[in-house]
Amino acid sequence: MRFAMNTSYRDYQRLFPHRGALLSYAALAALLLLLPLGAGGYLLTQATFVFINGTVALGLMLLVGYTGLISLGHAAFFAVGAYAAAVLEVHGVPFVAALVTAGALTGIIGIAIGLPALRMRGIYLAMATLAFAFIVDEVIVRWSSVTRGNRGIMVPDATVLGVKLDSGTHIYYIALVVFALVLLALVNIVRSRTGRAFAAIRDSEIAAASMGINVAIFKTMAFALSATATGLAGAVYAHKLGYISPEQFDITLSIEFLIMVIIGGLGSIHGAVFGAIFVVVLPQLIILAKPFLPHVIAEQPILDAAAFGVLVILFVMFEPSGLNGYWTRTKAWFDLFPFYRPSAFKRDKIGVADLVRH
Amino acid sequence: MGAANELLQQVASGTATGCIYALVALGFILIFKATEVVNFAQGDLMMVGAFLGLTFVDTMHLPYWLGALLAIAVMAGFGALLNIVLLRPLAGQGIFAVIMVTLGLSILLRVGASVIWGPETVRFDSPFSRKVVHLGGVVLSQEHVAIIVTTVALVAALFLFFRFSRIGIAMQASSENALAAYYMGIPVKSVHTLTWALGAGIAAIAGIMLAPVAFVHVNMGFLGLKAFPAAVLGGFGSIPGAIVGGIIIGIVESLAVLYLPEGFNNVAAYVLLLLVLMIRPQGLFGVAARRKV
Repeated sequence: MRFAMNTSYRDYQRLFPHRGALLSYAALAALLLLLPLGAGGYLLTQATFVFINGTVALGLMLLVGYTGLISLGHAAFFAVGAYAAAVLEVHGVPFVAALVTAGALTGIIGIAIGLPALRMRGIYLAMATLAFAFIVDEVIVRWSSVTRGNRGIMVPDATVLGVKLDSGTHIYYIALVVFALVLLALVNIVRSRTGRAFAAIRDSEIAAASMGINVAIFKTMAFALSATATGLAGAVYAHKLGYISPEQFDITLSIEFLIMVIIGGLGSIHGAVFGAIFVVVLPQLIILAKPFLPHVIAEQPILDAAAFGVLVILFVMFEPSGLNGYWTRTKAWFDLFPFYRPSAFKRDKIGVADLVRH
Repeated sequence: MGAANELLQQVASGTATGCIYALVALGFILIFKATEVVNFAQGDLMMVGAFLGLTFVDTMHLPYWLGALLAIAVMAGFGALLNIVLLRPLAGQGIFAVIMVTLGLSILLRVGASVIWGPETVRFDSPFSRKVVHLGGVVLSQEHVAIIVTTVALVAALFLFFRFSRIGIAMQASSENALAAYYMGIPVKSVHTLTWALGAGIAAIAGIMLAPVAFVHVNMGFLGLKAFPAAVLGGFGSIPGAIVGGIIIGIVESLAVLYLPEGFNNVAAYVLLLLVLMIRPQGLFGVAARRKV
């Protein structure tokens, strides 16, 4: 049993609540750094996709989970990042410069989309971002002098200081570094004044405004930061695949990103990472499970989509805190052993809703 | 054919497409107003409705009208079931939860449809197929005329229903203020279920009307995404607004084919949506609403 005694606000702000956490994160970091030594190409590729998805999930978590804004258009930011990096590198811009420019460009587009978002909430925002995604998709298809339209672009190998980074291991490290930087940035934003402003806006915009938070600036900032993270992930994705074309970035990808943060658990950084791991691992599990499934089910080509559809509904209905909820409770069970009580995690809901439901 | 005639022709066929958007938007708005559920699966309900019609008419060889009615009735029942099983337990949760559940539902409907009916594109003829109507210099296919006439008739019927029938008035009351309606003895729960039945039934009508014009396939529900611009344009929550919004979107799209470079017709609806949201977020007919803390 362990009990973290928090006596001041600073205690809550600490990156590592106790020495054990520091040690376990250090061990995890070491493991990830050394992974290419022991793992084969398959595992490394899956891990790379976890980092790419994880970077998107972190960005989306900041927007959806912390600021309470909805986006159905994150595939578009992802596409802009991927295309910006690819097009710049085709024209000879070095990899790091292209990556940074791709992030900055998506950030600026994020601001442009964030501005109308100031006047919108909920459903309107969902639709505006959806419309934005459709328009970006069409622009990529039609602007073929730059994007080569439906033919797609071959992405040149990344080169840093004259060294060609073309193997799976190199891209693994690129994805890991980008993910780690975004993670570090997000962890620090969330526990700072800015992060608390985001959470205040999520919980009540009017209350936040009356406490002196400039809602407009912080909402735009949330969009810009979220878009930047997604754009960076897109740039890494372009290098991982080596070839990008418009149909990779359609509306289903945006929905998959959202499913990722929902299943992971809204409003937690752990959740973003769990969600990213989950969406990468689940299709692999389904492939593994196929020989054991009844023929009728195993033959369906869209088994992944069905699984995601069912899971997102089940999670929203029965486990809104997502995978992170399981994680928190398991941790609490060990921390509080033998005093753990499930009722400590019960949610109270009283309101008009109950009238309608019962 | 002269330029003016060509224009008229495009406007007419745009109006027909717009009526489909309008019908999808109508079901969407009905459900949203009554239950505050944003149903991203409305387009996919339309797709399932079209497939059901196809099954009843082409596979089971029922007469066209009987098959269509049966499909609409089955979809209405399915809509009611969806409300009871899926949406009612979510009452009181944030809009985000609801959006995710309906998005999940739309994935499941597509998967289910491709399991049951296969991924092929199928033709579904109606009694109006391959016949045309001459109106002045404009040539319209009977299918398009049928769509327009059905939409007008449906809107008139709905108007009478909401204006004069007891249950229609109860629906209006519970969408105005669910709690007050509940206190007045209106069975809000059943009213919500009925609204879902109505919304899904309208989706089925849209699907069956659209099927002869655009073929039936698993992804035809994506057309439903154009209903959102229609709904927003019309003020999101107003039924006449949804109709007018849908028709405007349809006409703008078909004029974009004529006058703008290729590709614009695909995104015209969304550009219009963004413009409306930036300039007049309450839509063309809506009144600005303010939510209290």
